[in-house]
Amino acid sequence: MSTAAPTGGNGAPPGADAPVFVARGLTKTYGEGATAVHALRGVDLEVRRGEFVVLLGASGSGKSTLLNILGGLDSATGGVARWRDHDLTQADDAALTSYRREHVGFVFQFYNLIPSLTARENVALVTDLVDEPMTPEDALALVGLGQRLDHFVSQLSGGEQQRVAIARAIAKRPDVLLCDEPTGALDCATGILVLQAIESVNREIGTTTIVITHNAPIASMADRVLRLADGRIVQSTLNDHKLPASSLSW
Amino acid sequence: MVSLLDVKLWRDLKRLAMQVLTIALVVACGVAGFVGAFSTFRSLEASRDAYYREARFADVFASVRRAPASLAPRIEAIDGVAALELATAFDTQLDLPGVEQPLTGRITGLDLLQPPGLNALTVVAGRLPERGAAVAEAVVNARFAEVRGLRPGSTLVALLNGRRETLHVVGVVLSPEYVFASRGGAPDDEWFGVVWIDSERVETAFDMEGAFNRVALQLAPGAQRAAVIDALDRLLEPYGAWGATGRDRQLSAAIVDNELRQLQVLGTVLPSIFLAVAVFILNVVLSRQVATQRQQIAALKALGYRDGEIAAHYVKLAVAIAAIGVALGIAGSLWIGHGLVSLYAEAFRFSHLAYRTVPGIAIAATAAVALAAAFGAWTAIRAVVGLRPAQALQPPAPPVFRPTLVERLGYGRRVPPAAMMVIRNIERRPLRAALTVAGIAAAVALQISGAFWTDTIQLITDTQYRRVMQGDVMIDFVEPVGLDAAAELRRMPGVIDARLLRSEPVRVHARGRTIDTVLTGHEAGDELQRVIDVEHGPRPMPADGVLLSSLLARELGVGPGDTVEVEFRLWHRRRVALRVAETAHTLFGRTLHMDLAALNRVAGDGHGASDATLLVDPHAEREFFAAVKATPRISAVFDKASSQRSFEKTTARNLGFFTAVLTLFAVAMAVGITYNAARIALSERAWELASLRVLGMTRAEVSVLLLAELGVELLAALPLGALAGWGLAALLMRAMQSEEIDFPVVVDPSTYGVAALTVLAAAIVSAAIVRRQIDRLDLVAVLKVRE
Repeated sequence: MSTAAPTGGNGAPPGADAPVFVARGLTKTYGEGATAVHALRGVDLEVRRGEFVVLLGASGSGKSTLLNILGGLDSATGGVARWRDHDLTQADDAALTSYRREHVGFVFQFYNLIPSLTARENVALVTDLVDEPMTPEDALALVGLGQRLDHFVSQLSGGEQQRVAIARAIAKRPDVLLCDEPTGALDCATGILVLQAIESVNREIGTTTIVITHNAPIASMADRVLRLADGRIVQSTLNDHKLPASSLSW
Repeated sequence: MVSLLDVKLWRDLKRLAMQVLTIALVVACGVAGFVGAFSTFRSLEASRDAYYREARFADVFASVRRAPASLAPRIEAIDGVAALELATAFDTQLDLPGVEQPLTGRITGLDLLQPPGLNALTVVAGRLPERGAAVAEAVVNARFAEVRGLRPGSTLVALLNGRRETLHVVGVVLSPEYVFASRGGAPDDEWFGVVWIDSERVETAFDMEGAFNRVALQLAPGAQRAAVIDALDRLLEPYGAWGATGRDRQLSAAIVDNELRQLQVLGTVLPSIFLAVAVFILNVVLSRQVATQRQQIAALKALGYRDGEIAAHYVKLAVAIAAIGVALGIAGSLWIGHGLVSLYAEAFRFSHLAYRTVPGIAIAATAAVALAAAFGAWTAIRAVVGLRPAQALQPPAPPVFRPTLVERLGYGRRVPPAAMMVIRNIERRPLRAALTVAGIAAAVALQISGAFWTDTIQLITDTQYRRVMQGDVMIDFVEPVGLDAAAELRRMPGVIDARLLRSEPVRVHARGRTIDTVLTGHEAGDELQRVIDVEHGPRPMPADGVLLSSLLARELGVGPGDTVEVEFRLWHRRRVALRVAETAHTLFGRTLHMDLAALNRVAGDGHGASDATLLVDPHAEREFFAAVKATPRISAVFDKASSQRSFEKTTARNLGFFTAVLTLFAVAMAVGITYNAARIALSERAWELASLRVLGMTRAEVSVLLLAELGVELLAALPLGALAGWGLAALLMRAMQSEEIDFPVVVDPSTYGVAALTVLAAAIVSAAIVRRQIDRLDLVAVLKVRE
């Protein structure tokens, strides 16, 4: 593992494609005047296609704000964030919705599945939105849940629920997979199953993947680790030797 | 010092402002309707009783053709009679200056020598006539005076036994016999007036010296009314009597009582539905509130708050919402009460009528609402308060869903996931869905229950004014006329056709039952005055036998093929057996009809006819009415067009208020239910919907997911509401039914349509408000917070 200074796009792995995400001087401030909170204080970032990035940092370091802006969920106060030719900082709500719909898959810490739908239906709900999705069955097979298609949410374990959420996120073949604390609510063994699913999506479909975590060992499976503190990227680390998810433990 | 829980209570109320308001409005409607209608009922009842008492309204009434005044001591001697009043009254033509049509006046003798006895008049303007005045002085009933602009100093011309006499109005009066002044039961203040003049003048004019044709009796306390009526009937029998009746059948009193009975039903049935719905909404909103505050409750418990304190906090929230509703409701009841009383004050003339809230009713309604609210709150929080703090601090387990009936039947794969969500949500909480459906259906039903009266009135006007009476004018003769009178009538200017009728007061006996009513003889082929069966259309007069209205047939317990005994009373006491040829469902009355020639044959009295229906050329009305005024043998005139106008004006005003109030209530109820259902669903599923927004669903798509459930419930509720509306209409109509009224339940398709659209519109507005809240879902929070 080698470390480098926070230099924006300079830490990209050699040989990767042109950047899909580009952020320049990205700032985000909540509130005004004396009560203003500066969540991002000027972030420069490039993420290349197919790259697996892990964002580390303490609570309030700005990693969720950054993920939200990249995912089209929040607006920036200043600076520029682009995904390919989409300017995410200038887009209106409708444009951001179609950006998320066509290009982004989300995985949440608490799975956010619809309890009234089965695993298959939870995935189908999203595949209905796009033109050439995977079948729900294929997506669920990819995360190892081919045998649990017709189970309701309440009949699945936490890890299984999170894998359904991953299947739901990837079934529309997104360009980007954004995961916010995907193992935050899971024990180690279950968390590893979930990370393996994310890993296989990144590897087999080539989906650009950004994962937020508090959990430092997860960083070992990334191409690159960005550490945030006080609204800035303070460290960017390239992994020379990525570890498979199955070898992790915490 | 205000406790912190009370600070929380206040903030919760502010946060839930829109929900609090919509629930409070439903409560308010229930309270307003209940308190307003019931207090109006009590106000009317009190006014009626006080007025009847102060005016010494009689207990028993009888009409007779002509009886000698010497009969008085014998009537007074009947056991149980406390006081007696004899009078003379005749219906005659009235001629008002500037009015083309003749009106009908009931010229009634006023004994100016005696102090006022029974049925005393109350002077509201001017004075009573004086004996020996140089001109014929008269007083008129107040409603007629108002409608016709009569006041002391006005004059009118009455046709007294064929002689035109100018009467000078010296006063305007109220009479307990004419609280509702009408000849036949329909509101007709424009064309029917009661005129009192010195009894001496009436007796002279109508050749009634030493005689009377009306009796009123006051009963001694504890007297047997039926026995007195029997004894009076026996005494009057030889003089051509119509049959004595109790106060309950006196025309005006019966109409007043009937109206009060209906008001009592309306004032209890409808508001009870509102209260029930309000309690349901309150319960659902509270259980949701408690569910979202589960962890707060656990924290409060962990901090040492007792279950009772926490329960009291939520009960206070419920009672606060209810209190707002009650306050608005009491204010609304004043509006409804004053509105209703002013409508009644138009139709019913008591000496004093004012709306007064009955404190007991207001307190009862308040207590019912407060109890319901407290109980609703308690059932909602019982489950959470009972948990141990550690347990309550955990988020609740994810809701359990099972395959639905659709899937068990094997159709699951064909249903798209979004539709499946709706089906499963409804199946998982069937009671809540059922209550929502029931609530919306109740709103539809209430709207129908207010609007269907218009359809009923439409049926009545259509049947009575267009189908039954196809002629334009109906006239009464002073004395019976021969059958050649028809030809004479046809010779009057403007008359196209004339058909004679004979209306004969009779007593009908069958199966041991006896009913006093009227037998009408119709000329063969009479198309001007027909018997209409509301289901089967016009019924021609049977060649043989008699046709009974189904009301009369039911009461006598007879049907086609049976025999009834008909006893003539007016001119002679002949009693004949007549075969029931058929029965017809007529709207009004316990009546008998037969062929005129057959009637004259069985009566055997050589009489011809007592009244006639005329078809008049509309271009020659002026000449026609002038000719009627110059025909002394015509005592009373009924002009169909004028009567219909007056009827429609009165009913439109009364129904307008009633329908408006119920529509307002139905809308409040529909908004209360649909807004809260959607709002609660949103707070339960905000997190789920925001997740889907993050995953790329548009605002419209997630709105459909949320509101589709409400849409399905609405679709289910509309037909149910229509059905319930019909049921409610039938229930109200049953309350309406009386001895003289036999209305079918008619609800026009457009009434269903308007009710459904009104409720649908209310639901759409509610959904639109919730839709705006969906648009404001916080997508970022979803990624972090596990609700």
